[in-house]
Amino acid sequence: MGDWMTVTDPGLSAESKTISQYTSETKMSPSSLYSQQVLCSSIPLSKNVHSYFSAFCTEENIEQSISYLDQELTTFGFPSLYEESKGKETKRELNIVAVLNCMNELLVLQRKNLLAQENVETQNLKLGSDMDHLQNCYAKLKEQLETSRREMIGLQERDRQLQCKNRNLHQLLKNEKDEVQKLQNIIASRATQYNHDMKRKEREYNKLKERLHQLVMNKKDKKIAMEVLNYVGRVDGKRGSWRTGKTEARNEDEMYKILLNDYEYRQKQILMENAELKKVLQQMKKEMISLLSPQKQKPRERADDSTGTVISDVEEDAGELSRESIWDLSCETVREQLTNSIRKQWRILKSHVEKLDNQVSKVHLEGFNDEDVISRQDHEQETEKLELEIQQCKEMIKTQQQLLQQQLATACDDDTTSLLRDCYLLEEKERLKEEWSLFKEQKKNFEKERRSFTEAAIRLGLERKAFEEERASWLKQQFLNMTTFDHQNSENVKLFSAFSGSSDRDTPTLHSRSRQKKPHGVPSGSPVCTSKLTKSLPASPSTSDFCQTRSCASEHSSSISVLNITPEETKPNQVGRECAHQKWSMSSRPGSQEVCYSGCSSTYTNSHVEKDDLP
Amino acid sequence: MNFSEVFKLSSLLCKFSPDGKYLASCVQYRLVVRDASTLQILQLYTCLDQIQHLEWSADSLFILCALYKRGLVQVWSLEQPEWHCKIDEGSAGLVASCWGPDGRHILNTTEFHLRITVWSLCTKSVSYIKYPKACQQGITFTRDGRYLALAERRDCRDYVSIFVCSDWQLLRHFDTDTQDLAGIEWAPNGCVLAVWDSCLEYKVLLYSLDGRLLSAFCAYEWSLGIKAVAWSPSSQFLAIGSYDGKVRILNHVTWKMITEFGHPATVNNPKIVVYKEAEKSPPLGHLAFPPPRAVAGPLTSSESKYEIASMPVSLQTLKPAADRANPRIGVGALAFSPDNYFLATRNDSIPNAVWIWDIRKLRLLAVLEQLCAVRAFQWGPQQPRLAICTGGSKVYLWSPAGCVSVQVPGEGDFQVLSLCWHPSGDSLALLSKDHFCLCFLEMEEGVHTAFGQRGDCT
Repeated sequence: MGDWMTVTDPGLSAESKTISQYTSETKMSPSSLYSQQVLCSSIPLSKNVHSYFSAFCTEENIEQSISYLDQELTTFGFPSLYEESKGKETKRELNIVAVLNCMNELLVLQRKNLLAQENVETQNLKLGSDMDHLQNCYAKLKEQLETSRREMIGLQERDRQLQCKNRNLHQLLKNEKDEVQKLQNIIASRATQYNHDMKRKEREYNKLKERLHQLVMNKKDKKIAMEVLNYVGRVDGKRGSWRTGKTEARNEDEMYKILLNDYEYRQKQILMENAELKKVLQQMKKEMISLLSPQKQKPRERADDSTGTVISDVEEDAGELSRESIWDLSCETVREQLTNSIRKQWRILKSHVEKLDNQVSKVHLEGFNDEDVISRQDHEQETEKLELEIQQCKEMIKTQQQLLQQQLATACDDDTTSLLRDCYLLEEKERLKEEWSLFKEQKKNFEKERRSFTEAAIRLGLERKAFEEERASWLKQQFLNMTTFDHQNSENVKLFSAFSGSSDRDTPTLHSRSRQKKPHGVPSGSPVCTSKLTKSLPASPSTSDFCQTRSCASEHSSSISVLNITPEETKPNQVGRECAHQKWSMSSRPGSQEVCYSGCSSTYTNSHVEKDDLP
Repeated sequence: MNFSEVFKLSSLLCKFSPDGKYLASCVQYRLVVRDASTLQILQLYTCLDQIQHLEWSADSLFILCALYKRGLVQVWSLEQPEWHCKIDEGSAGLVASCWGPDGRHILNTTEFHLRITVWSLCTKSVSYIKYPKACQQGITFTRDGRYLALAERRDCRDYVSIFVCSDWQLLRHFDTDTQDLAGIEWAPNGCVLAVWDSCLEYKVLLYSLDGRLLSAFCAYEWSLGIKAVAWSPSSQFLAIGSYDGKVRILNHVTWKMITEFGHPATVNNPKIVVYKEAEKSPPLGHLAFPPPRAVAGPLTSSESKYEIASMPVSLQTLKPAADRANPRIGVGALAFSPDNYFLATRNDSIPNAVWIWDIRKLRLLAVLEQLCAVRAFQWGPQQPRLAICTGGSKVYLWSPAGCVSVQVPGEGDFQVLSLCWHPSGDSLALLSKDHFCLCFLEMEEGVHTAFGQRGDCT
């Protein structure tokens, strides 16, 4: 590797050498110093270096150089190049092995150093680039800082200018205001001056007028006269009356009469207006009451309450009727009351209307967004589900059809092919036929069982009911017997146990047993066929059918009184679970459940009969 | 709609008698009385000089003709054509003359408003009222003719005197808190007197008949104030038009403002109908293009119609000269319809438009924009019908059903400068500079439907 390095990158190797030289600098051998100088003077020339190195050792100074090297190496902790001398006199001989070892070690060292150097260099490069990057960043940031600073300065300047402007405007405004004030003052002073002048002028004018009056009017102006052919009568036909104190008083009276008439007229008008307004108010109040009171109650009570409020209104009206005369007389006493009540009602109405508004807006806002969408989503989901189911069913039907067709095809193919196939498929056909018949049989069985099942369930329901009744009566009787007829009680027990038939246990155990049985006993018919069904047909219709019956049965078991068969959703895992459950129940309770069931039912019927017998 | 033939007229003096039977008109120094329906001349009176003022007595029996230049008043009787009466004010001069409400007294105002002379036609008695104020509207009678309110000026203060008209006795005399009273007006019910200050100050004072101050209203200060005032016929509202281009309406209970009607130059409410008068382009002939039309000169007899403008509408506004007296701004004319339902106004800075307000809803109902400045408008006395004239050859009628523009027929140009309604509301006298004609509105069925339509009808 070192060779390769020297070949490919002589400069680098030279450098590495110089580095190695630097390490030995402490020694300060003359040659090394020299070499250093040489290296410093001519670094890239490896040839020179080479020649120099070759010049390090010559024929003459082999010994010296060896010893020098030995010394150097030993100081660096290498083993001595010389063999261990046996005697002091004997000249130490060069140990080739040691030399080689040393060489090797040196080479290894050299390689290591080279590697380290490389690493350092790459790191250096990296750091350099980092440095560049950082410097760039720094420069950029500095620039940014500068620009922002400039901007800030600009903004400050603008701010200052605006403030200046603002101040100027303020000043202007103030000036304007002052101006306005001044002008107003001027106007006012002018006005007073004008008035003063006017007054003076007018006085003069009046004086002149007075004088003119005297001049013109006082001397008997012959010209001022009226020529009339004859005086005409007054409009009213009366003669003019003398001016006396009486006429004055009459005039006054008339004036006041006119004024009074006017005021009376106005008062009347106002009264009329008031009455109208009062009427409107009252009507409003009534309407509000009738409008508001039913809404306070719940809607379903509305019908009853509206009549109630009507009645109350009527009562109120009766009260108001008597009061109305008072209303007309003096408004003040009632006014407050009326206005207050109206205000109250109005507030209620307002809040109600606001509420309604809010509701309406809410409905408008959310009606389309939330409820409707949710329902639609549901709807879509539902339809999607249904579609999926339909798809599945279709596929199933298709596969079935295919199967059937295949079967048919195989059955009614050409003779040759049938012949050809027969030989191959005879066996298979046989098997299929067998299976088919088996399947049919199973189906039939299943149907039958299902029917019997439902019947049994119905019966069971009835019986259970009867039993419950019977039990109640029995308990009652027992209680009575316990108190009165002990012997009869024991007889009854016996009778009961005798009737139970299959077992002659005590009545409490019977109860518990019957109860235990019920869940297991109901689906008892199915297990045999289900196992077969699942084996023969992986298709779901039959299983779903089964599930229907199963669910029906379970329904019977849970609440017998309800007998309508509702198809439940048939989820595959549920089916599987139920099947498993079925298997489990079957395995757990092998044997004749039906028998047991019928036994139970028979007991119930018997007990029923017995109950009829009982008083 | 029918038009009468055109009669001669001078000084726009043409008046229907209060009972609606007669029509008096003046031609120079002649007074012509016609039957209002047939227009036949019933009487012809000759005065001493050019008639400057004409007025019917309240009972339609006498006609007053004032000849201000000569300081003369001549009275004519309709029943007795030979009866005559001449009142000479002599050197005192005459500036105004009017009938007393009873039709037997004449109130003459002498020059320089030195006094008012009350002449009686029944007796020789003459009454004088001193110190009448020279102002826009300084004399007002109540509707029932019982009382006279007179604005006076004494010692640089404004006073109002209330006289009983039957014997001209002073009933009340009180000073008003005004700088320079500009006008007074009785409410139609005769119990409230509105007094307003000159345009330099916005101030309305309301006095009861017995002289009590009921209320004072001031909308703003330091600006030109009231320009016109109108009572609603029911005395319920007082509309005040002012120089800020607004109408403020006071109510009669609290005398506070109930609403404020602005008159903006742009109308941008789709509920408001803006009728825009549009010229029907005359049939193309050898007319020069653009058609020559002098601004003040006679309008060519081009037809016009109303179009309903689409919103927003910007109305033509006039830039007022700020350095002149009596600037053309503010609401200078306003009138309630006889049924109190509508109020018509004109903002003088938008001279081409008439604004019609719905008083029941207190909002703007319609705007009529004419091609020329509106000269005058008057409500029909019986129905809410507004007649408008603009000095052109057309008369415009608005009713809640719509509006029409009607061309006055006849050779030459008939510039309608003024108009007055017959008391029945069936006909309308249209007055031009030296002619007048009657416009009969009693309509046949077909015309009625046409009138009901919004649109044009000539």
